[in-house]
Amino acid sequence: MQPGVVIVGGGQAGLEAAAMLRTQGYEGTVTLICGEPHAPYQRPPLSKEFLTGKQEVDRVFLRTLAYYEKQRIDLILDRRVIEINAGAQLVHLSGGGTVAYAQLILAVGARNRMLPASGAENVLYLRSLDEAVTLKQRIAEARHGVAVIGGGFIGLEVAAAARMAGKTVTVIEAAPRLMARAVSPVLSDFFLDLHRTQGTEVLLNAVAVEVRPDAVILENGCRIAVDLVVAGIGVIPNVELARAAGLEVNDGIMVDEYMRTTDPAIFAIGDCADHPNVFAGGRARLESVQNAVDQARCAVRAILGQPAPYRDVPWFWTDQFDARFQMAGLSGTHDQSVLRGSIEARKFSVFYFKQGRLLAVDSVNRPGDHITARKLLAAGTPLTPEQASDETVDLKKLAAGG
Amino acid sequence: MPNVTYISHTGETTTIDVPMGTTVMENAVKNGIEGIVAECGGAMLCATCHVYVDPAFVDKLDPIGEEQDEMLGATAAERKPNSRLSCQIRMKPELEGLIVRMPDRQY
Repeated sequence: MQPGVVIVGGGQAGLEAAAMLRTQGYEGTVTLICGEPHAPYQRPPLSKEFLTGKQEVDRVFLRTLAYYEKQRIDLILDRRVIEINAGAQLVHLSGGGTVAYAQLILAVGARNRMLPASGAENVLYLRSLDEAVTLKQRIAEARHGVAVIGGGFIGLEVAAAARMAGKTVTVIEAAPRLMARAVSPVLSDFFLDLHRTQGTEVLLNAVAVEVRPDAVILENGCRIAVDLVVAGIGVIPNVELARAAGLEVNDGIMVDEYMRTTDPAIFAIGDCADHPNVFAGGRARLESVQNAVDQARCAVRAILGQPAPYRDVPWFWTDQFDARFQMAGLSGTHDQSVLRGSIEARKFSVFYFKQGRLLAVDSVNRPGDHITARKLLAAGTPLTPEQASDETVDLKKLAAGG
Repeated sequence: MPNVTYISHTGETTTIDVPMGTTVMENAVKNGIEGIVAECGGAMLCATCHVYVDPAFVDKLDPIGEEQDEMLGATAAERKPNSRLSCQIRMKPELEGLIVRMPDRQY
């Protein structure tokens, strides 16, 4: 059998690449190697609808098992690629065996950063389905309190789920504000207020130095009684395989705008890919469904001989209590921001500009603004800060070219 | 098990079983039916699972909430009175035999 496309990693990026190869009529073999015992599933609901009990676990799977068979996608579960032999174009699997490739797509993702505190073996993390199932049960069983270390997206979603389950919750964040790496101070303040209003204790500038089975000890000596500690303090991209294969690695696996690594037969996509991003104004590594899916499509186009550079608008979302927060674009380098809507009414968007050009839009409970923002950003439609803050200006019409 | 028929914009017809309580969107995606994208996985934030519901079933659907209404205003293909986001159509006995048509584009 002729070697075809081998995809390492069964997350959203890997699955999308496999599916797209088939919808685009690729006839060769497609092999999807998943390190977990589960077929590809969605991660976003694990910290949202699944954890809050709105969604059953069997609904997170991205495809039925029959789908893989019908589409001739060779699904290998519970095996890891332990080595890439780039010269011979084959990968070695854990437990033995090799798979040859014509093209290799690394969708190897990232892993949770471990808490650098003593007693950290008492800490739970959330990334995989199995971890989510354990965490949900442990939240249900918690009697004294739940401490969440890290006030980023995952930490705050877990904190909200635990609070909604009626638990006493403390969020311990080392930075002076929440989600500091990803959002502006306006949104940090909004979510700080939201969590505190819901009865969560939020500690900023707070560092956990020790985790005991019944307490968390902070740097300032404070002791917080808990029976469950969860940490969400970021991820580390899985670059080791690529590095060992001689590929260039920086913050992630280095790729060009077509997702090609420094080996022309190997691509990298999703959380692990350090890529040129026009919206970041330089190289970036993004951890999101959008980035996973769009980079998968980009790599597949290149493999099928129809390369088109990666130019998709970044977007993310998080749900915390009744706040649906959607981000379009990357706001990091903005020099001006304006508000549309009302923060008190919990329905607003913040539009970010750099030198008068629209850079990003953060929306809370304004999904229409979010979709419109993505269209404006994708098309590069000019928008002034005055128009953005003026509710009488129909942004949808502007986005539609009218 | 109740079934749902999906008709693509080119007329390709697929009928699948859709378990009670699950959505028209998730069953389409899981079975690889093209024409429903659902980038967000059913979180109602991408408007890429837009369908036109067969008129015979429109009255049996749950009312369009404020959020869905806002999202339907942002679909890629034209919004019609029978436009819905398929992630918001949850299977129930009255929808047995449901027919939905997919628009020519989702984004």
